[in-house]
Amino acid sequence: MIPASFDYVRAESLSEAFQALGADEDAKVLAGGQSLLPLLRLRLAYPATLVDIGRLPELRGVRDEGDHLFIGATTTHDEVLKSPLVQTYCPLVAQATATVADPAVRHRGTFGGSLAHADPAGDLPAVALALDMDLVAGSAEGTRTIPAAEFFLDYLETALAPGELLLGARVPKLGPGWGFHYTKFHRVAQAWAIVGVAAAVRHQDGVIAEGRVALTNMGAVPVRARAAEAGLPGVALDDRTALRAATASADDATDPPSDLHARPDYRRHLARVLTERAIRSAAA
Amino acid sequence: MPRITVTVDGTKYEEEVEPRLLLVHFLRDRLGRTGTPVGCDTTNCGACTVLLDGLSVKSCSVLAVQADGGDVVTVQGLADGGELHPMQRAFHEEHALQCGYCTPGMIIASIDLVNGNPDPTETEIREGLEGNLCRCTGYCNIVRAVRRGAELMRAEP
Amino acid sequence: MTETEIGRARRRKEDARLITGRTQWTDNIQVPGLLHVAYLRSPLAHARITRVDVSAARSRPGVVAAFSGQDFAAEQGSLPCAWPVSDDVVIPDHPPMAVDTVRYAGEAVACVIATDRYKAADALDAIEIDYDPLPAVTDMPSALADGSPLVHEAGNKAFTWTFAQGDIEAAFRDAPVVVERTYVQQRLIPTAMEPRAVVAQTDGDSFTLHTSTQIPHVLRVMLAATTGVPEHKLRVIAPDVGGGFGSKLQVTAEEVLGLLIARRLGRPVKWTESRSEGNQTVHHGRDQIQRIALAASAEGVLRGVKVDLLADMGAYLMLVTPGVPLLGAFMYTGIYKMDAYDFACTGVFTTKMPTDAYRGAGRPEATYAIERAMDELAKEIGVDPLEIRRRNWIRHEEFPYATAAGLTYDSGNYEAATERAMALFGYDKLRAEQADRRDRNDPVQLGIGVSTYTEMCGLAPSRVLGSLRYGAGGWEHATVRMLPTGKVEVVTGTSPHGQGHETAWSQIVADALGVPFEDVGVLHGDTASAPRGMDTYGSRSLVVGGIAVLQACERVKEKARTVAAHLLECAPDDLEFTDGAFKVRGTGAAKTIQEVALAVFAAHDLPEGFEPQLDAGSTFDPESFSFPHGTHLCAVEVDTETGMTTIRSYVAVDDVGNVVNPMIVEGQVHGGIAQGIAQALFEEAVYDADGNLLTGTMADYLVPSAADLPTFVTDRTVTPATSNPLGVKGVGEAGTIASTPAVVNAVVDALRPYGVRDVPMPCSPERVWRAIQGGVA
Repeated sequence: MIPASFDYVRAESLSEAFQALGADEDAKVLAGGQSLLPLLRLRLAYPATLVDIGRLPELRGVRDEGDHLFIGATTTHDEVLKSPLVQTYCPLVAQATATVADPAVRHRGTFGGSLAHADPAGDLPAVALALDMDLVAGSAEGTRTIPAAEFFLDYLETALAPGELLLGARVPKLGPGWGFHYTKFHRVAQAWAIVGVAAAVRHQDGVIAEGRVALTNMGAVPVRARAAEAGLPGVALDDRTALRAATASADDATDPPSDLHARPDYRRHLARVLTERAIRSAAA
Repeated sequence: MPRITVTVDGTKYEEEVEPRLLLVHFLRDRLGRTGTPVGCDTTNCGACTVLLDGLSVKSCSVLAVQADGGDVVTVQGLADGGELHPMQRAFHEEHALQCGYCTPGMIIASIDLVNGNPDPTETEIREGLEGNLCRCTGYCNIVRAVRRGAELMRAEP
Repeated sequence: MTETEIGRARRRKEDARLITGRTQWTDNIQVPGLLHVAYLRSPLAHARITRVDVSAARSRPGVVAAFSGQDFAAEQGSLPCAWPVSDDVVIPDHPPMAVDTVRYAGEAVACVIATDRYKAADALDAIEIDYDPLPAVTDMPSALADGSPLVHEAGNKAFTWTFAQGDIEAAFRDAPVVVERTYVQQRLIPTAMEPRAVVAQTDGDSFTLHTSTQIPHVLRVMLAATTGVPEHKLRVIAPDVGGGFGSKLQVTAEEVLGLLIARRLGRPVKWTESRSEGNQTVHHGRDQIQRIALAASAEGVLRGVKVDLLADMGAYLMLVTPGVPLLGAFMYTGIYKMDAYDFACTGVFTTKMPTDAYRGAGRPEATYAIERAMDELAKEIGVDPLEIRRRNWIRHEEFPYATAAGLTYDSGNYEAATERAMALFGYDKLRAEQADRRDRNDPVQLGIGVSTYTEMCGLAPSRVLGSLRYGAGGWEHATVRMLPTGKVEVVTGTSPHGQGHETAWSQIVADALGVPFEDVGVLHGDTASAPRGMDTYGSRSLVVGGIAVLQACERVKEKARTVAAHLLECAPDDLEFTDGAFKVRGTGAAKTIQEVALAVFAAHDLPEGFEPQLDAGSTFDPESFSFPHGTHLCAVEVDTETGMTTIRSYVAVDDVGNVVNPMIVEGQVHGGIAQGIAQALFEEAVYDADGNLLTGTMADYLVPSAADLPTFVTDRTVTPATSNPLGVKGVGEAGTIASTPAVVNAVVDALRPYGVRDVPMPCSPERVWRAIQGGVA
């Protein structure tokens, strides 16, 4: 199918991008276009203007900024998952990014695009939540920082204001002692996650000191499994009964959707099983 | 209308395009480069895969304006003066195609895969081609062909 | 004698253009002044159309014309159903473009013709149309219930069809064991990789239609009958066609309308579907509810099989819609002996896309039901699934064998194929591992699935098809032409779309005429150059069309023999034909067939009264179907905590008789297995209660990728068919027919300890998990 007509602005600078976005309330940002183009082709979206930010060098790339990495919004998934900085300091981001779509889509699709699209079935929003990323937004008025926990407001809806652009994210380096795992449970390789689990675990001498868990596709927004996290400290990794007990609350505070692939009770069950497994893998 | 310059299979084209024109329709309808087909509208099938600046992309999900200044290689640009690309030869030798509709995208995706991983395992090949659907072969011979193509590409850099 | 071409893994001639992008898909075609058609499609499953106004669309930029169904009402006729299966069959009027009522979501209701595809798509927004919604009818039992809303005035029952042989009541009376099960064949979307496309051109009174079809010949006849374009004024061309699997065995609305629009406008028009359009409007496959009952002795020896089928026709009867379940009717007895068989099928109308042929067409459904039920019987008796099959299958020395379903299987060796498959699979070792995992309560259980299938294919015998009320014959034609330079041109009535006929027919000709493989060219898919044919479906091309090629070669050779004898001044009987030359026995004198061809071209010195040409045609109509068979074994690992099924190994040993090209045969088996696995585990066309298709894109309808499938281990046994001179059997559908029950049997086998005896297809993780939670399903 074929997109409806739209105007196109290729931003040559950030200020041009801000201006174009501010000038048209029906403008949409085009980065890699891997979520947007299928929507346009199916005529599920009719933006008046596309503002192409794909050629702004300042939005692209991974920088080491001390206690965190800054990942620019238009850094492609492929660049993210191959980045030595990401692999070294934020391996959870690399792991989850490797499960996004397929190689060709990862060549075009962007880190920031996946976050700003805010699809709860997308893999990166849960990772942003688990790692407590700070998302950096910019507009003609200046820049501001939005904690991941406050970024995802509803299905495909973020805290970005009209005219505001996601510039990138500050991703904390969690440091030594942490292990990570992203589990994507889906029916075929290309399909969206039925449930995904982003897990980060700090452990010492076989005992969990601290754990973080965020869930993909368990509600209209990615969900932090706080109840399960609370039960993790002190659990011995080889004590399956204790780990299972701790993760039995992984689906608390979720509101899983019902769709072709899973009904809510099954998603809740999966969230519990997969959280337990993700924590064990993260600690392995 | 934006004016774009795109090199396709070694030839430079300057064209005015509607912003919404998909790269694959630019190739097919505007330039007559019909070797790259379209198989879906949701970025799933990969039949339209081309190399854009050396990396595989699905040309149904790239706007022509996004390819401005870029270098596109399609299945029609792989053979070097009548000499088939090793991956093309491997697909033929291993019977990795039947109807051939997925083949242009599959070959391009396979070349991209081997460019990044010169000696892929079977699992790496299967996962690396997850974005390219074939309805005829059951993929067994495609996997064989990519292994053979990788071998040939290593031997003939 | 040099090595024969038949039996060699010749690399395909077709590949050269396909791997370089020098293809001719229908959508590639550009002609001066070409216009593009876009269809407006009903968003509702069932509604009266109360108003259509296309005038605003006509004034959109680039728009040349716009039409509603009313604009074609007088000339569009009804899309044909060529298989009126019974006396009571209801064949409703099926206008290519809906005029007053829509009966499935996606039905075309109006169209726009514009100067490019973008403008055509845009102008659809300007069409005004009002509907008066009617209730959707989406499932068969409700459709048949009293008081159901009607899809058609004549009722929701399309037909009933029955078959019985033997005394079924006696077989079930006092039977020590009766196994009765209900299985659901979910609806599938065939998903050929090339979406459909049509280009219609006219020069005034004659028409050329390029279309992505499996059946240019049948289509030409049907289009002539539907549109009134005289058959001799209509040329149909199937250029490169990107897969079909039955989905392009159809006379489609868009083909008819393309012709009508070209006729109305006097200009060439193209329509290319998008995938999401195709998911809604390419005919679907399967969609049956099967009730099967087996009666057996205490030892599990079958006495009889009873089948009661509901088959979802969708909203209309298309080309062979009602015939699909009949193609399965004769296969529910599988490879097994029994005294009696009873079959009844009811066709049901619903407000969904019509169903029709999809790879295997009726036979995968039948094989699934009997192979699943045989596993249940094994469980009842308490023996291994292979043992129950051994107790019941036709032994190799019993062929030819007349089955309880009225067919005579010409040949087979189920023992040999099974033995080979077990060895490749490591059957006993896997059973031991399974027992071990069960003992350990391993959360990942191992399941082993067996499918010992046979099928009837090579859809031909015209007389048999006629007895089943199919509207056409099943013969196939070939013409073989010796060209002056000694090259050979084959004109075949088969219409390949990925099978490799150019290669395989070249191998047959090379052997028959003793010419080099490279010297044979094959013409197909164009009713101007290949005017006689019945096309490609039902695994018929080699076993019918290939034999026609062989017979035509024999006729060419006999003509050439007459000429060679004349040139060599001997009697025809003195000549032996080896290595492409006629040789006078006992002397060195010889004439190659190429020399003969040149002599015939020159025509200077030919036998008295000899017509100066060597061309010959042959039309082959076999006496019987072909019956490939085999044993497929599948091992799955089922994660009982998540419900995820992973295929660990898959072994297929097929017996397709002699093979012309083992490489091509293996490829057909691979692809067939993949599609069968896809039905077992992944694919399902889902409609909601309002008749909306929920799996309208490839993002929702899960076609497996390389990452979702294992490598298949394949091998063959060879029991030549006795029904044709090459001893070949069809292979195009075998893999699909065999694999679905092998996989589901494996899944259920893994879950036996949990009391599970069925998991509905596709065996998604959720369904597997729920089956485990629920125990006995």
